[in-house]
Amino acid sequence: MHARATLATEQVLDRHGHVASRVCVLRSHAPLVLRPTLPKGIEPGVDQAADVARVALASGAAGPLGGDEFALDVRVGAGSTLVLNEISATLLLPGARGGCSHMRITVHVEADATLVWMPEPVIAARGCDHVHDIRVELAPSARFLMRDELLLGRHREPPGDLLQNLRVRRGGRALFHQQLRLGPSARGWRSPAVLGANKCVGTVLAVDPAWANDVPGVNLFARDAALLPLQGPAAMVSALAADSLALRRTLHRGIALLGARWAPAAASAGAACDAAVTGVDSSLVTVS
Amino acid sequence: MSSTAALLLLADGRLPAGGYAHSGGLEPTVRTQGLRDVVDVERFLEGRAATAGFMTAAFAAAACAAAQARNLALLDALDAELDARFPSPATRAVSRALGRQLRRSLVNFHPDPLLDAVRDNPHQALGWGVAAAIFGLDVRDAAQIALHESVAGPVAAAVKVLSLDLFAVHAAFAGLTDFLDELAGAAAAHATTAPAELPASGSPLLDIAAEQHRQWEVRLFAS
Repeated sequence: MHARATLATEQVLDRHGHVASRVCVLRSHAPLVLRPTLPKGIEPGVDQAADVARVALASGAAGPLGGDEFALDVRVGAGSTLVLNEISATLLLPGARGGCSHMRITVHVEADATLVWMPEPVIAARGCDHVHDIRVELAPSARFLMRDELLLGRHREPPGDLLQNLRVRRGGRALFHQQLRLGPSARGWRSPAVLGANKCVGTVLAVDPAWANDVPGVNLFARDAALLPLQGPAAMVSALAADSLALRRTLHRGIALLGARWAPAAASAGAACDAAVTGVDSSLVTVS
Repeated sequence: MSSTAALLLLADGRLPAGGYAHSGGLEPTVRTQGLRDVVDVERFLEGRAATAGFMTAAFAAAACAAAQARNLALLDALDAELDARFPSPATRAVSRALGRQLRRSLVNFHPDPLLDAVRDNPHQALGWGVAAAIFGLDVRDAAQIALHESVAGPVAAAVKVLSLDLFAVHAAFAGLTDFLDELAGAAAAHATTAPAELPASGSPLLDIAAEQHRQWEVRLFAS
C-alpha cells in the first residue's frame, strides 16, 4: 500500500485582529488520516494556548505492514504554531508477502514558527522489517520539540528489524543525526554499549533559538537517562527503559528539566503524563 | 600499493596519539551495566564496533578520500556532521582531544601542508583519515585503523578495570576480527558518500555512560 499525507499551517489574523495559527493544508491519504483536534496530553512550550493549530494523526488500518510505503509531509508556516500528536501507537508488522515497510516523514518549520510533535510509540512486532526515516528542516528562528519512543516488541515478544533515521538540520546545517538499527539482523544491538536489556528507547529533542549560549547543562536525572546539550541551541533527552510506561515517565521528567519556556505547568504535568500513558496502554490492547 | 609498515605504525597502541589513556566507555559501563566477565566484555566490544566504531570508520574513509583530494571544504563539512552525530558533550570533547593529539603526533613525524590547513582539534575520525592519506594509505586502511582503535582501547582497559585474564580478553578481540574486517569494508564503501548521508549509528548507553564517567572523581581512564 502507498500513501502520502500532507499537512501545513499558516499564521492568520482572526476576526478580532489577533494572530492565530490555521491549518491550510490537511490532505489525508488512507490509512494516514489527519484530523483537527483539541488539546491532548501535555503540550510543552505551548500549554493550552488558544492561537495554536492542533492536528492528530490517526491510522485507518493496521501497520505499516511489510511492503507498505507511507509518507507524511508537514510544513509549519512562518510565525504559526502547530501541535501534532497521534491517536494511537504505530504497530509495525510483517507483510503477507514479506518485504520492507517504509515511513518517510519530512518536516519543515519556517521562520518564527513552532512545532510540538508528540507522536505515540513505534512498536516493532515480531517479524517486521521497517525503515522509519524522519528529516526535519528548521529555520534559524524556529522552535521545535519532538518526543520519540521505540518499543522493541509487544509484551514478551521478540522484535523484528527496525532502522530509525532521525536527522535535524537548522539553517541548512546538521544539528542532530542518529540512526538506530535494532532487531535480530542488527549485530550488537543488545550490547551493553547500545541498548543492553532495555525493551524501550526514546528521545526528546528540543531546539530553541532563545537558548543561544544558554542551553541547559548535562543532567543525569535517572538511571539510563540523560539530558544532553547538543552543539547549538538545542538539547536532547535520551532514555532507555524496561517498559513504555517507565520510558514515557522518564522522557517527561526530562522535558521538565528543559527550563521554564518548555516545562509544562507543574500542577498538571504529572496528571497529564499519566493520562497520556494510559492512552498508550489502551491502544496497545486494541492492536494486540 | 598501501604501505603495511605505515598501517601498523598508525594502528599501534604505542603511537603517542593518546588512545591508550581511553577505555572507549568500558570503564563506566562496567559499573552502570554491571559487566563482569569476558562474555560481557565481548558483547560490549561487538556493540561498540557496530555503532561508534563503524561510524568513525566511515568518516575516516571519507576524510581519507577528502585529504587525498586536498579538499579542505569537505573535511570541514565532515567535521560539522560528526558534531551532529555525537549527542554527548563528553564524547564530542574526547573525540576532539584525541584528534588534537593525533594531529600533533603527525606534525612531528610526518609534516604535511594539509596538517597546517586543518583545524588544530579535528574529530579523531578525521585525524585517522588525514593520517592515512599523508602516509599513502587508502580509504580501506583508514577505516580499518579506526575500527581497530575503537576495540583495542576497551580491550586493554578491560584487563585493568575488571582484572580479567589477558589471554581471555584478547581471545574475545581475536573472535571479532572477521566482523571488524566486514565493518571496515562496509565503512570504506562510504568514502565518497555525501557527508549528510554518512552513517550516524547511535549507541545510547555509551552516550549516557560517557557523561556519568565525566562526573566521577576517581577514574583509571580519561574516557
